[in-house]
Amino acid sequence: MDGIPNAAVAPPALDDDGWEVAGLRFRSRLIVGTGRYKDLEETGRAIDASGAEIVTVAVRRVNLGDPKAPMLQDYVDPKRYTYLPNTAGCFTAQDAVRTLRLAREAGGWNLVKLEVLGPPPFLYPDMRATFEALEALLKDGFQVMVYCSDDPIAAKRLEEMGAVAVMPLGAPIGSGLGIQNPVMIRAIIENAKVPVLVDAGVGTASDASQAMELGCDAVLMNSAIAHAKDPVRMARAMKAAVEAGRQAFLAGRMPRQYVADPSSPLGGLIR
Amino acid sequence: MPPAPGFATFRDMEDTIEITVNGEARDIPAPATIADLLTRIGLDTRKVAVERNLEIVPRSTYAATALAAGDRLEIVHFIGGG
Repeated sequence: MDGIPNAAVAPPALDDDGWEVAGLRFRSRLIVGTGRYKDLEETGRAIDASGAEIVTVAVRRVNLGDPKAPMLQDYVDPKRYTYLPNTAGCFTAQDAVRTLRLAREAGGWNLVKLEVLGPPPFLYPDMRATFEALEALLKDGFQVMVYCSDDPIAAKRLEEMGAVAVMPLGAPIGSGLGIQNPVMIRAIIENAKVPVLVDAGVGTASDASQAMELGCDAVLMNSAIAHAKDPVRMARAMKAAVEAGRQAFLAGRMPRQYVADPSSPLGGLIR
Repeated sequence: MPPAPGFATFRDMEDTIEITVNGEARDIPAPATIADLLTRIGLDTRKVAVERNLEIVPRSTYAATALAAGDRLEIVHFIGGG
């Protein structure tokens, strides 16, 4: 392996300086959920393979009948990963705020993910309730990353209120449909002064790359990894896809044109 | 030897109060604190959070917070989620 280092094979991550949210710096631009895995052991291995530094977690009642059941912390070490408590399953502002107050007490930190959902089957963000919950959480000293609709006006309003990141959906939660709304995601990014993450909708690696190519600061996903046939391998794929998408964004894609432009010179052809 | 008729058992002599924990009614010996309850259930206090009558109970006050009849408690922890 001696010789002159080849710039073409240098690790691409070195060119990326990472991103910052709420004053915390992260190298990985992939945030992963910890739900929907076969078991906690698989959860731990997939998250390790993803290279993620932040993981989302839910807050639920302890099973009083089985208090010694293994806990997430035993497989996903809170000292290694930043736990980002979410409000999944909350359909009102009040429930979301109550849940995050408990999460803060359980975890001991202020950085949280707010999501207030509308009814099934789309679980689309309920923005009115989201604004209401955000206001209460900010008053209570939380740093809030907010799941939101793909609406540039709503996203801007969240930022102006004090959200530390805005996280529009690419498609409904758990749908795996990919980025359905690249134009609006891009509009949100262009307007934003806080980090923008695509949260929800990613189905496979190319979707994650696309989100990053649009200029997102990071991508948040759960089902795309957990529901893959081989979650650990998909976690690896997502890590590579997020890095590739970020590099492509930084590199700046070539302009699109609707006619051919040959790659080889036309001069010097044999006759 | 079973207690003679007319004598209360030790159990009967204890005061108990009824509280609701995670939606389930429970009788617990009184007086009791949140710390006592968590020990009784068998929970690691470092991994849970407790809400009592819609108010967060800070972990540092578990041993000093006495339970009262009718209290409604939520005991939660982190689980896998997106």
